Amino acid sequence: MAKISRRYVIRTGLAAGAAIAVTRCASNTQQASAPSGTPNNPASGPEVNTNQVKDVTLRMIGTGVSQINEIRNKAQEDLGFKIDVRALSTEENNQIAITQPGQYDLFDGEYFSLPLVVPSGNLQAIDVSKIKEFDKIVPIFTQNKFDGMKVEQAQGTYPYKVMYLQDQDSKEFAAEPTNWATLIPFQYNADTLGYRPDLIGSTKIESWAQLFDSQFKGKTSILDIPSIGIMDAAMVVEAAGLMKFGDKGNMTKAEIDQITDILKQQKRDGQFRAFWKTFDESVNLMAAGEVVLQSMWSPAVTAVKSKGIQCVYAPLKEGYRAWGGGVGLSKNLSGVSLDAAYEYLNWMLDGWMGAFLGRQGYYSAIPENARKFMKPAEWDFWYEGKPAAEDMVDPFGKTLEKKGAVRDGGSFKERMGNVVVWNSTMDEQVHLVKKWNEFIAS
Amino acid sequence: MYKTWKGVQPYLLATPQTLVFLLFLIFPILMIGLVSFWEFNGYTMVPGFTLSNYADVFTEVSLRTYLNTFKYVVLVWFFCLAIAFPVSYFLAFHIQNQKLQIILFLICTVPFWTSNIIRMISWIPVLGKEGLINSLLLNLNLVEQPVEWLLYSDFAVVLGMVHLYNFFMIAPIFNSMMRIDRNLITAAEDMGASGFQILKEVILPLTAPGIAIGSIFVVTLVMGEFITVRLMGGGQSASVGKLIQTQIGSLQYPLAAANAVVLLIVTLFLVAGILRVVDIRKEL
Repeated sequence: MAKISRRYVIRTGLAAGAAIAVTRCASNTQQASAPSGTPNNPASGPEVNTNQVKDVTLRMIGTGVSQINEIRNKAQEDLGFKIDVRALSTEENNQIAITQPGQYDLFDGEYFSLPLVVPSGNLQAIDVSKIKEFDKIVPIFTQNKFDGMKVEQAQGTYPYKVMYLQDQDSKEFAAEPTNWATLIPFQYNADTLGYRPDLIGSTKIESWAQLFDSQFKGKTSILDIPSIGIMDAAMVVEAAGLMKFGDKGNMTKAEIDQITDILKQQKRDGQFRAFWKTFDESVNLMAAGEVVLQSMWSPAVTAVKSKGIQCVYAPLKEGYRAWGGGVGLSKNLSGVSLDAAYEYLNWMLDGWMGAFLGRQGYYSAIPENARKFMKPAEWDFWYEGKPAAEDMVDPFGKTLEKKGAVRDGGSFKERMGNVVVWNSTMDEQVHLVKKWNEFIAS
Repeated sequence: MYKTWKGVQPYLLATPQTLVFLLFLIFPILMIGLVSFWEFNGYTMVPGFTLSNYADVFTEVSLRTYLNTFKYVVLVWFFCLAIAFPVSYFLAFHIQNQKLQIILFLICTVPFWTSNIIRMISWIPVLGKEGLINSLLLNLNLVEQPVEWLLYSDFAVVLGMVHLYNFFMIAPIFNSMMRIDRNLITAAEDMGASGFQILKEVILPLTAPGIAIGSIFVVTLVMGEFITVRLMGGGQSASVGKLIQTQIGSLQYPLAAANAVVLLIVTLFLVAGILRVVDIRKEL
């Protein structure tokens, strides 16, 4: 009698163990190597035959923000070749870009990751002359110009700083425009703090400094990704007058020590409710009322709103922290698949994709192209900062804003023009990560 | 000839298993050990030999993180045992009906039917500021402000881990208890032992191997924990696993490897300690 139970016990135990092992492993699954006919294993010969393109499959890695099936399907339909997309977290995306060059053909990443990715030699320079509408790209990226507004002086890893390479085979960034680009931008935005107007009382949120306001003790949050979180923290401590920086985007060791000490003190005093690492976590923290004021990404604010909960993306007097994403080419690409990749880059800029992303609040590299695919009411709301002439619906059919609403922060120019800092990879990156870990562990 | 064949046979039978272990267990650990001496140039690892990774491991922060991890280990182990022992006792000695016993044991496994992430996330609507418990407390006017330490705190981390790992304690203890010869208990009763004496003198010593096996499971699982610590601690709590995860996230593989080697050694010491106290061979 006892024996039967014992066997049963062992069996259940094993099953439970196996189930756990499976769930643990599932998150680490990696794609198998390229089948023949794909860019890693391309057909040889320099002569380009348009029929060959249909056999091409481009493998793309990127962050979940842009790896959307609708975009991939439209691209496949328009271009006639296959695209495999793989959605990753910001950290995994960089890891694979640097350590697993064989696993991707197109790299969809952020500009701030380039000081890490480019030295690995896994990307090939993009021939600017093959990008038909390169000149039309917003000059923030191509010339670091924007009507003389604040963004031209922005600190951090601003896109122009890492936009060009010195030469086709160079791993060094060029100070002046060249014919060789690192990434072709396709989405970017200005980030700030988000808050719940129904839960913060009558206080107006106007400054980054308010994240450390004792009134919101135990109700704030910042993000736990060192390169981004440190920039939000820098905006806060500078606004609060707690410390000054030579260059926020490239802090010295002493500055990093000082800012983490301030953060540790705030943590000890119970200022933070939680730290978040993923988009969904930030949405849940806000939607559940756990925090009332936190660093947030623009589509996360819209996600909270689409649950019928009030949430404001505060335009702050100190300005915005921006990020930019673009697509780069793997060094594996050559021949037909390289041509296909250039076709993709050109397709990406022609407006359909810009309009699609624009309906979620992201900006397109060539706004006037995106405009062609947007309704006038959509364009006015998202880019011009005008009151919505009709309900604003996102690409998936969800109503984001009711008629009459105005975009937080206003127009494209008001928002992007007031960017003062970009997500950054600093020279003291190793030291930063060490100190950041101390802050989390403290 | 026949004799040699007989002698070789067990080795041949063990060969596939050994190869699998070498390839998937020993080799990766050796690689981690090797990488822990490599250098890091800011974005990737470079083969070389440096002890600076280990120097970075033995700092005040790491020490505090280890202490915090030990705190979780002790608390989780204690509560797992405190829950698992009575549950197994009840299942093994109070339920006489074999079928019911199996059904009840099966119920203990129910939480394992969903992924552990889901199991943890489901605590958030229960423990949150606007969660079930807080709404109840507020509605009963027991508190004026929502109780905050329920979520994103050490309490939540320990609760989450006890919930996740309790079964690893229940199964081996239950197994040990089922193997206890019921005649021993009858004999003890005949000799006039009280219920508590039976528990202390007969059941507890005979269950010790089960407790030891369960403890090894729980201790090793909690030592490497990072996801529960992050989700239930709201990212504010530290554990060695989480430290390693952050380092890997910023591509600092050599430093992460050095931490992993130290963690492995510490965990092995803990397991060796448990094995010294209890002879689990009795169980097998």
